[in-house]
Amino acid sequence: MRITVTVDGTSYTDDVEPRTLLVHYLRERLGKVGTVVGCDTSNCGACTVHLDGHSVKSCSVLAVQADGSEVTTIEGLARDGQLHPVQQAFHDNHALQCGFCTPGMIMQSIDLLADNPDPDEHAVREGLEGNLCRCTGYQNIVKAVRDAAHHMRPGAGPEAERVAGADTGSRTASSVGGGGE
Amino acid sequence: MIPAPFDYVAPSTVDDAVRALADAGEDAKVLAGGQSLLPVLRVRLAAPTKIIDLGKIAELRGVREEGDHLVIGSMTTHYDVQRDSLIAEHAALLARATDTVADPQVRHRGTFGGSIAHADPAGDLLAPALALDCEMVIQGMDGRRTVAAADFFEDFFTTSLAPDEILVEVRVPKHTGWPAHYEKFNRVAQAWSMVAVAATVRTDGDTIAEARVALTNMSAVPVRARGVEEALVGQPATAEAIRAAAEHAAEGTNPTVDANADVEYRQHLARVLTGRAISAAMAG
Amino acid sequence: MTATIEPEVGKGRLRKEDERLITGRTRWTDNLTLPGLVHLAVLRSTVAHAKIVSIDTSAAKEMPGVLAVYTGDDLDPEGKIGMPCAWPVTPDMKSPRRPVLAQGTVNFAGEGVAVVVARSAGEAQDALAEIDVEYEDLPVVLGLENALAEGAPLVHEELGTNRNALWVFDSGEAGSGGNVEQAISDAEVVVKRRFRQQRLVPAFMEPRACMVDPTAAQLTMWSATQIPHILKTMSALTLGLPEHKVRVIAPDVGGGFGGKIAVLPEEIMCLLVAQKLGKPVKWTESRSETMVAAHHGRDQIQDLTIAANRDGTVTGLKVELLADMGAYLGLVGPGVPILGAFMFNAIYKIPAYHFACTNVFTNTTLTDAYRGAGRPEATFAIERMMDELAAELGMDPMELREKNWIKHEEFPYTTVSTLTYDSGNYEAATQKAMELFGYEALRQEQRERRERNDPVQLGIGISTFTEMCGLAPSRVLGSLDYGAGGWEHAAIRMLPTGKVEVITGASAHGQGHETAWSQIVADQLGVPFEDVEVLHGDTQSSHKGLDTYGSRSLAVGGIAVVKAAEKVIDKARKVAAHMMECSEDDLEFSGGKFTVKGTDRSTGIGDIALAVFAAHDLPEGVEPTLDSEAVYDPENFSFPHGTHLCATEVDTETGRVRIRSYVCVDDVGKVVNPIIVEGQMHGGLAQGIAQALYEEAVYDESGTLTSGTFADYLLPSAADLPSFTTDRTETPSTTNPLGVKGVGEAGTIASTPAVVNAVVDAVRHFGVNDIEMPLSPMRVWQAIRTGEKAAGGPGAEAGGGLGSIDAAHGGAQ
Ligand SMILES: Cc1cc2nc3c(=O)[nH]c(=O)nc-3n(C[C@H](O)[C@H](O)[C@H](O)COP(=O)(O)OP(=O)(O)OC[C@H]3O[C@@H](n4cnc5c(N)ncnc54)[C@H](O)[C@@H]3O)c2cc1C
Ligand code: FES
Ligand code: FES
Repeated sequence: MRITVTVDGTSYTDDVEPRTLLVHYLRERLGKVGTVVGCDTSNCGACTVHLDGHSVKSCSVLAVQADGSEVTTIEGLARDGQLHPVQQAFHDNHALQCGFCTPGMIMQSIDLLADNPDPDEHAVREGLEGNLCRCTGYQNIVKAVRDAAHHMRPGAGPEAERVAGADTGSRTASSVGGGGE
Repeated sequence: MIPAPFDYVAPSTVDDAVRALADAGEDAKVLAGGQSLLPVLRVRLAAPTKIIDLGKIAELRGVREEGDHLVIGSMTTHYDVQRDSLIAEHAALLARATDTVADPQVRHRGTFGGSIAHADPAGDLLAPALALDCEMVIQGMDGRRTVAAADFFEDFFTTSLAPDEILVEVRVPKHTGWPAHYEKFNRVAQAWSMVAVAATVRTDGDTIAEARVALTNMSAVPVRARGVEEALVGQPATAEAIRAAAEHAAEGTNPTVDANADVEYRQHLARVLTGRAISAAMAG
Repeated sequence: MTATIEPEVGKGRLRKEDERLITGRTRWTDNLTLPGLVHLAVLRSTVAHAKIVSIDTSAAKEMPGVLAVYTGDDLDPEGKIGMPCAWPVTPDMKSPRRPVLAQGTVNFAGEGVAVVVARSAGEAQDALAEIDVEYEDLPVVLGLENALAEGAPLVHEELGTNRNALWVFDSGEAGSGGNVEQAISDAEVVVKRRFRQQRLVPAFMEPRACMVDPTAAQLTMWSATQIPHILKTMSALTLGLPEHKVRVIAPDVGGGFGGKIAVLPEEIMCLLVAQKLGKPVKWTESRSETMVAAHHGRDQIQDLTIAANRDGTVTGLKVELLADMGAYLGLVGPGVPILGAFMFNAIYKIPAYHFACTNVFTNTTLTDAYRGAGRPEATFAIERMMDELAAELGMDPMELREKNWIKHEEFPYTTVSTLTYDSGNYEAATQKAMELFGYEALRQEQRERRERNDPVQLGIGISTFTEMCGLAPSRVLGSLDYGAGGWEHAAIRMLPTGKVEVITGASAHGQGHETAWSQIVADQLGVPFEDVEVLHGDTQSSHKGLDTYGSRSLAVGGIAVVKAAEKVIDKARKVAAHMMECSEDDLEFSGGKFTVKGTDRSTGIGDIALAVFAAHDLPEGVEPTLDSEAVYDPENFSFPHGTHLCATEVDTETGRVRIRSYVCVDDVGKVVNPIIVEGQMHGGLAQGIAQALYEEAVYDESGTLTSGTFADYLLPSAADLPSFTTDRTETPSTTNPLGVKGVGEAGTIASTPAVVNAVVDAVRHFGVNDIEMPLSPMRVWQAIRTGEKAAGGPGAEAGGGLGSIDAAHGGAQ
C-alpha cells in the first residue's frame, strides 16, 4: 500500500506492507532509529511518538493508519540545533541513565505538558504511567518534567515559548483517534 | 515482533465497512483504535487475513444529543470521552471510568466502541455501560439493530455482535447531574482492573433516590449489583447505610482465579470497593 | 597526588553521554545494519521438558525470503559445543552441556529449537510457524523441594540427580568463629524463619540483540552485552576460534542489571550462521522472547536460624539455602548464591556462622546474576531476621541492630565469614537517617493508628545494610574457584594537541563512565573535563578488560584510570625536567603544570605532549610517548553501607500497601559525581521495592511462564513509586587511592527488606510475622485475616494485562 506521511517535517511517500507497524516504518524505512521498541504488548512506551499532535505508542499503530498524518519523533524536536526544553531538562536533571526509555519519556512528557502546563508531582507520575524505565526510579524524570514546565511557561523566555507554543498549538483533540483523516 | 501478513482496507462509510466485512468472511477483523487488537496480532495470538479499519469513517466519531439520550460514536477515543462536555454533564460515570483506562498514549488511540466490542471482562467501560443501561447500535448487512447492554455481553470476549456486524454507536440514557465514581483496584497503575466498581447515584435531599452500581471483572461479563442498588434506594445517605448495602455487592458474582486474586478475595474486594465507590460518588 | 584549583571529583557534572541519548542519535545494536544483512529468528520450545522426536524444517525453507533453517544438529553435528559456565563452585559440581539449540531434549520452555535465516525479520518470523516439531513429553521438574524429593523426575537424566552442587562455609571449621550448633543449643532465644526469594526478571529496557559481520578483517560481533571482553574470550573458547580473529563491540547498551552478563546461545548462533553463510546476520529478540529466554534472577528458599541472648546479643546464625539454577548453568549462575555467603552476617558481630547452599536444577529458564547477585538475598534474610528477633525479644529493632553492629572505632574488622571490612560508620548513617525520617513521630502515629483501630495501619521498616562490591580481588575469586580474575585495565593516550583519550575495560551501559572517568582524569592530569574522551566497549580500541558488574567500575576500573594517569605524569616529569633543565626532584605537578619549585618557571602537560610527539629533543633513553596503561587488581572489596528507613501504610481492608516515605542515608565513600550517585540510588531503590511489592516470574504446573510479558510481569511505573529522600555520609574506603566504594547495587540490596519489614511491622499486631514476596494486596489481606504467613497465589495464571489477550478468541466476536 502506498502511504504519505510527514515525519519530523519531511513528507515521505512509500509502499508498505499493511502489517508494518509505524515504529518499524520509522526505524527501518526512514532510518529514524531514535524511536525504539522495548516490548510487544504496548506496555513500555519506549516507542512513543506524536501522531497529529498526540502521543501514541508507535508499536500499536499500523503505518497504513498514519497515511496522511504528521508524525513527530524524538529526532524532530530540536530546532536549529537547539534542544527542546524537555530534552534540556532531562539532561539538566539527570533524568536518564541508559537512555533507552528516554525518547519515549520525552515525547510523553511533552504531551503531558501540552495537556497540563503546570503539573504537580502526582500529575506527572500519572501522565507517565504508560512509560517504563528500569534505570532511574523515575524521581529525576519527574523532576525534569516539572523543571521543563517551569521553563516552558509563557514568559519564561523567548526560546522556550517559541518551542512550547509550537507544540501546544498543534493540539486538537479531533485530529486523533482513527489515525489520519 | 510484527503481525502475520494481512490485507487492509479503510472504508469511509459504515455501509462500505459492513460490506467489506461480509465479503471478507470468517478471517476478517475490524480495527478500531487497535490498542487491543494490534498487540494480539503482534504476538501472533491471532492472524486475520483481512483488516477493516474504521479509522476513516467520520460518522463513527463524536458525541451528540438525541432527546433524553446521548449517542456516542463507537470510534470516539477514550481521550475525547474524558473531555467531552455532554458526557461530563449527562453520563459522568463513563468519563470517570475512562480516566482509569490504560495510559495516556493508549487513551489517545483506544476507542469507546472498541472497548465495548472487545468485551474484556477486565475492561473498564463495560460495567459503566451496564450500570447506565446503555444500548448498542449494531449494523450488519441486514441493517441496524439495537441491543441492551444487559444482553450484549455474553461471555469472556464474546458479545452478541455477529462476525459480520459492526458496533456503530452507543446510546446512553441521560443521567444528568448524577455524581459518579469508578473505583478501580489494580496492582500497578497501568494494569487492568482486578476488580472495579462503577457507581452513580441520585439523591433527593438526604435520601438516596436512585442508584446504579455495576462491577468489573467479577464474572465473565459485567455484573449489575442489583442487591446493592435495592438496599440503597430510600435510605439516608449515611456511611452505615452504604456499608450495609455494599455487603450485597458480591451476590451472584462468579469471578475467575488468577495469581492476583482468588474468588474469596475478589468478592471481598467487591464489597469494600462498592462502599468506597458509592461514598466517593456522593462526595461528588 | 595532584590538585587543581577546583577539583572535578566531587562535582555534580551533567553527563557527557546524554546528548546523543536525548536526541535519538544512539547506537543500539538493533539500530545497526550492514550491506546484505540477513535476519535470524529463533523457534523456541513451548514445552518445558520433552524429547524431540523430530523437527521438520522443509516447509519453512520454502517460505518467501528464507535463506536457511538450522537445527541444533545442523549447527553442531557432533554435539560438542556447550555454552560456558565460568564458575564451578565445587570440584564435583554437575555441569550439563547446554547446546546452542536443543539437541535431543528440551529442558525449559523458551529454549531454542531451530533458527530461521531470512532477508527480513518479518519473513524470518513468518517461517517459524512452518517448522514442525514433534515432542514427546517428559515429566516436568518444578520447585526446589520437589526437585530434591526422593524419586523426583530428573531434569538431566544423565546426571542422576537434580542437585547441582552443595557449597558450605562453617566458621568453626574455618577458624573464624565458633560452632553454630553449639551456639543454638546454648541460646536463650532461637528464632527460625523460612523466606522465599521469588524469581525475578532483570527487565533491562533494551531487548538483547546481536549482529555478526563475517566479512570484516576480524570476525566482528556487536552485542547488547555488559561484557564485551569476556564475550570475546568466551566465544573464542566455545567455538575454538582464534581469539585474535574476533572483535566484540558493545555499542550503546540499554541497561543490563546483570541480565546481560551472559554468553548467549544466540550470540554463538550468530557467529556460526554468519560464518556458514558468509553474510552479516542480526538477531533481535522480542520482549516475549526476553522473558522466557534471557536469564532470570534470585529464586531461593532460605532457612535461617538465629541464636541470641535475652539482652539481644546475637550468638549464632545458621543459613541453609536452596537455589534454583533453572535447566542449565549460566555464565556465573552457580556462584550467585555463594556471593551471598559472605553477607548474611552483614554489619553484625556474629560469633558463630554456618552457611550451606544447595544448587538445584529445574525445568525453568536459567537463573544468573541480577542486580546485587547474592547480596540482596543475604541482606533481605538477615534484616528480616533482625526484625523478627527484635519482635521476639520485645526490643526496638534499631536498638537490637545497634547492640550487634560493628562500632565505627572497631574498623578494620574481620568478620565471621572472613572478610575484612576496611571502614564504615553505621552510627553516623543511622543517626542522619533517623533524623530525616522522623522516626519517633512515626512510631507515635503508628501507636495512635493501632489504638483507634484505623483501617490504615502504619509500619516502619529498617534495613541497616552493608555489601561487598567492587568485584574483585583476583586471589579471592581464585579461592572461590571462579574462572577469571577481578582486575581492570585502563589506558591513557596523550594526543599531540593536549587532548586526552582514556580507554577503560569497564563497559558502561547507563552508568555514566564517560562523565565520571573524565572527571577523574581532569583532576589527575590537570586538563579540562571537556578535553577528555572516554573510549570503551570495543575490543579493538579497549583491548583489555573485565567489564561492568558487581559495582566494580569505579572501585576497580576507576582506580586503574588513576594508576594510568600517574604513569603519564611520571613519564612527563622526565621530559619536563629535560625541557626546563632541572632535576626531576625540583618539579612539582599541579593543575596540569610542572613548576620548578620556588620559581615561576613551568610547563604544561599539553606542551610536553607536543614535545614528545615531535620527539626532537628528548632525554636519553626516553620513549617518545606519554601514553600509559595500568591494570589494577584490588586488594579488597569495597563495603558501602547505609541505613534505609521505610514507612508504609497498609490498607487493612484491601491489603494494599502504599509507601508513605522512604529515607536512606548511604555511605559509598568518596563521591566522584553526586548526581550520578543519587541516580544510581534511585534506580536501585526502585528495583528493590519492586521485588518487595510487585515483581514475580510465575510458572504454571506445566512449566509455562505465565508472567511472560510486561502486561503481567509487573514493573512499577512512575505512578507506583514514591519520591525518595536520599542522603549520604562519607567514610572513605581505605583500600583504594580515591577512597571510593561501589554504588551500583546498594539501593537494590538495601530496600527490599526495608519495605517488607515495614509491612510486617504494620500488621504484626494481627499475629503476622511474615508475608511472602511480592507483597501483593491479596497476600497482605490474607495474612491480616488469618494471622498467618500467606504464601503463594491460588492459581498460576498470571492476572491482569494479557488476561486481556485471549488466545482462543483473539479478541472480540
Ligand atoms: C497497555 C494497555 C493497557 C490497557 N489497560 C486498559 C484498562 O485498564 N482498562 C480498559 O478498559 N482497557 C485497557 N486497555 C485496552 C484499551 O482500552 C483498548 O483501547 C480497548 O480495549 C479496545 O479499543 P480499541 O479501539 O483499541 O479496539 P481494537 O483494539 O481496535 O479492537 C478490539 C477488538 O474489538 C473489535 N472491534 C473494535 N471496534 C469494533 C466495532 N466498532 N465493531 C465491531 N467490533 C469492533 C476488534 O475487531 C477487536 O477484536 C489497555 C490497552 C493497553 C495496550
Ligand atoms: S514498544 Fe513497548 S509500548 Fe511500544
Ligand atoms: S534510563 Fe534506562 S530505562 Fe530509563
